Amino acid sequence: MAQNDTLVNGWQPVIGLEIHVQLQTNTKLFSPAKNQFGEEANTLVDLIDMGLPGVLPVLNDGAVKQGIAFGLATNAEIAKTMVFDRKNYFYPDLPKGYQITQLHYPIVKNGVVDVEGKQVRIHQAHLEEDAGKSMHDVYDSESVVDLNRSGVPLLEIVSEPDIRSAEEAVKYLKKIHQIITYLDISDGDMSQGSMRCDANVSIMRPDDKEFGIRAEIKNINSFRFVEKAINFEIKRQIKVLESGEKVEQETRLYDSVKDETRSMRTKEFANDYRYFPCPDLVPHEISEDLIKEVKDNLSELPEEKQKRLMEIHSLNEYDAGVLCADKSTADFFEEVAKEANAELAAKWIIGDLNALLNKNDVSLKESKVKASNFSKLIQNISDNTISGKIAKDVLDEVWQSGEDVAKIIEGQGMQQISDEGELEKIIDKILADNISQVEAYKSGKDKLFGFFVGQVMKATEGKANPGLVNKLLQQKLG
Amino acid sequence: MNFQETRNNFRKKQVSAKELTEESLKKAKEKSELNAFISHFEDYALARASNIDANFDEFKDKSLGGIPIAHKDIFCTDGKKTTCASKMLENFIPPYESTVTKNCNDAGSIMIGKTNMDEFAMGSSNETSFFGPVKNPWGQSLVPGGSSGGSAACVAADITTISTGTDTGGSIRQPAALCGITGLKPTYGLVSRWGMIAFCSSMDQAGPLARDAFACSALLNAMASYDEKDSTCSKRESIDYEKGLNKDFGKLKIGILKGIENLGISEEVLNAYESSKKILEQLGHSFVELDFTELSSGICSYYVIAPAECSSNLSRFDGVKYGHRSEAKNISELYLKTRAEGFGDEVQKRILIGSYVLSAGFYDAYYRKAQKIRRMIKSKFDEFFKDVDLVFLPTTLDQAFEMNRKSTDPNRMYKEDLLTIPANLAGLPAMSLPNGFSKNLPIGAQFVGNYFSEELLLNTAHKMQEVTDWHKMTP
Repeated sequence: MAQNDTLVNGWQPVIGLEIHVQLQTNTKLFSPAKNQFGEEANTLVDLIDMGLPGVLPVLNDGAVKQGIAFGLATNAEIAKTMVFDRKNYFYPDLPKGYQITQLHYPIVKNGVVDVEGKQVRIHQAHLEEDAGKSMHDVYDSESVVDLNRSGVPLLEIVSEPDIRSAEEAVKYLKKIHQIITYLDISDGDMSQGSMRCDANVSIMRPDDKEFGIRAEIKNINSFRFVEKAINFEIKRQIKVLESGEKVEQETRLYDSVKDETRSMRTKEFANDYRYFPCPDLVPHEISEDLIKEVKDNLSELPEEKQKRLMEIHSLNEYDAGVLCADKSTADFFEEVAKEANAELAAKWIIGDLNALLNKNDVSLKESKVKASNFSKLIQNISDNTISGKIAKDVLDEVWQSGEDVAKIIEGQGMQQISDEGELEKIIDKILADNISQVEAYKSGKDKLFGFFVGQVMKATEGKANPGLVNKLLQQKLG
Repeated sequence: MNFQETRNNFRKKQVSAKELTEESLKKAKEKSELNAFISHFEDYALARASNIDANFDEFKDKSLGGIPIAHKDIFCTDGKKTTCASKMLENFIPPYESTVTKNCNDAGSIMIGKTNMDEFAMGSSNETSFFGPVKNPWGQSLVPGGSSGGSAACVAADITTISTGTDTGGSIRQPAALCGITGLKPTYGLVSRWGMIAFCSSMDQAGPLARDAFACSALLNAMASYDEKDSTCSKRESIDYEKGLNKDFGKLKIGILKGIENLGISEEVLNAYESSKKILEQLGHSFVELDFTELSSGICSYYVIAPAECSSNLSRFDGVKYGHRSEAKNISELYLKTRAEGFGDEVQKRILIGSYVLSAGFYDAYYRKAQKIRRMIKSKFDEFFKDVDLVFLPTTLDQAFEMNRKSTDPNRMYKEDLLTIPANLAGLPAMSLPNGFSKNLPIGAQFVGNYFSEELLLNTAHKMQEVTDWHKMTP
């Protein structure tokens, strides 16, 4: 079972991820308060989210449907009956003193996802409510609590320990991100905490029969940190074992500033959560009809979308794959390709646009490049209004200001010169100014053709239509 | 004056809601030594009564139109103090209304106050209240039973004709029996739990207390409603229980327990029980002996499950958001001090037991086993109801007892609920009615019915009360 290329100093890392995904429902999991991010503190709070005496939870059907959708997308078993449990612990941002979650009868069990050809199994995915947010740095000597997040629906996706390297863990995480964004059940934004990840890491010798003792790393909030945290932890555990000590079963916290994990609490201080079935919620039955309804309305999944793009827009498998890796990119492409040439659009999105996004480390959604505007850019390239070179400048300008493409081209006189008469005048002048080069060309120095093209471009500030310039030069020098 | 006469007089405009309310408020004051109330709402009640009188036509046909009522202080009342008889909620004013009190308001009743109870409904003698014990109107040194002791005493002392209570292990029926009145614990899920402060969510059920079955049926008409805010509330067509009193259910097969004399029931209670059986026979009903050896294990199951759920339900009282808060240097100290100061001994004891039976390593031995017993008792009843229409048994082992007598011995106190607990474990409706007197103290007996058989329970009790006078006795 061990894959040798994932060994680190002869040790086999074994990794499982627990991914918390905030679902995009209108209201919270058990209350009618709005589920929204970024509102003023404690404004999206119902009696139920405050844990007032005598109030009762009522399950949000929307969250159930989203859980089912995830189960369907991962070929998992959907529970016929799911049960909510209470996880009891005291914390100021947990108003009831318990979290409602699912322990033994989760909504989704035994799923599987394909991570670049490798099957990673999903042990279960369960519905639970998010806690509020404690803040310790707002006031000098007081901690405060924002309950807007209290009761927001979470889907916790627990993988089997099938992952063998930090790199693979990131790929798996990205795959889950891809699935939940395609299903449109979460925005998967790790920076805002709508997708959070804990990693269970242990190491073993390749021929060991049992897994090593694992540490759980909490609080990893970006794809990059997942890789770094796991790699740090693998190295730490190797060091511990090789010095003859034992790895402790514990919860560790990842500190991204110091790039290290450190112990939060060991097993003997672990909370006893005293789980038991929540008596306020009867066991919830999921009907075949409901599953069918979700299935019939299931959003297109990445593989399907890739296939469709290849068929409709004649894209090659690679390009379609790159575009579909991220749903927002694929949607962006489709929007652009409504009006503009699809192949050209794909080339520019995968090339120049992606380069800008990577360089500036922003997402397509955050950037100022909007699909309608980008579509105009592609159209201007394909109808020869601007050259490819000028198009790069225009894209830069759009990137900076978000300004309308037509306005940029017009305002800065960037339109391509495709007027034969106008170009002829320019060419004639250049040929007249460079008589000796003309002579040399005519006597056989073919390479000088490029020199003339360059001169025309220089004189027109790159705006001359290259095809036309070639044609005219050949006529005149011919 | 009983409920039915009072309501008739109001409907005929022979008495106004204001007069009725003034009378109730006056009696409440006269009998303040009973300590039946935690809060009085005189101004509110009088204003509401005037409003009802001014809009007589709107209220005259409502099931509780113009009738003063007392609510157990476990039901949240919007803008009015709701304490659950705990220091923890001594000054808590909820910004919301429980479904039960809302339904009673909608039915035209006038809340004159909130009644005393055992703290968080944990107790069988009303001695655990932070606001002091309630005294039994039949003898001031005696307990009224619990946890709805205030509500039972209030009706027994004729302060109001009706009151609300909750019954988790007998908290309506036992005080009804000890105070000589009638009380019904409905099927779990018939009455909404929204806004009712939770003790043991899987058993808590609100119900009516009154002199007689007639008043209970009118009050249940108001209380019962489907409520989408309570996921355990049952969606059913509503029944007019008052109308059901006139139905003819024919001759019933009534289950009685084999070996009942071996359960530690007092001679007086057993005698009354035997007399009641004769009356039932005279009414044409017959008896079937049932083998219910599991009965006594119910108490063990109950005292695991109820504390388990309460340990979790009461976690929200942490001093952070509302309620009592102790001065503290850090968050753990805040929790510890707040809860040590805010909860009484009985509540703390049950939280400890509950936390223990749910903790890792003990869950299977206690909680899981208790649930098994619970399922066993439920299926036992399912079996019974294949053969019988109702089960008839005494409500309590004995009559009202002296204060402080059992509060020092938890085992004796917990045994108080022996005969009431099985219905709670199974979620079945059960109704206690006065069925005798001894030493000038009332005795009660109860019917347990199949799920949602409240109409039959009320009808049977009503027919018995048509031929007996026990429910008319006053202290």
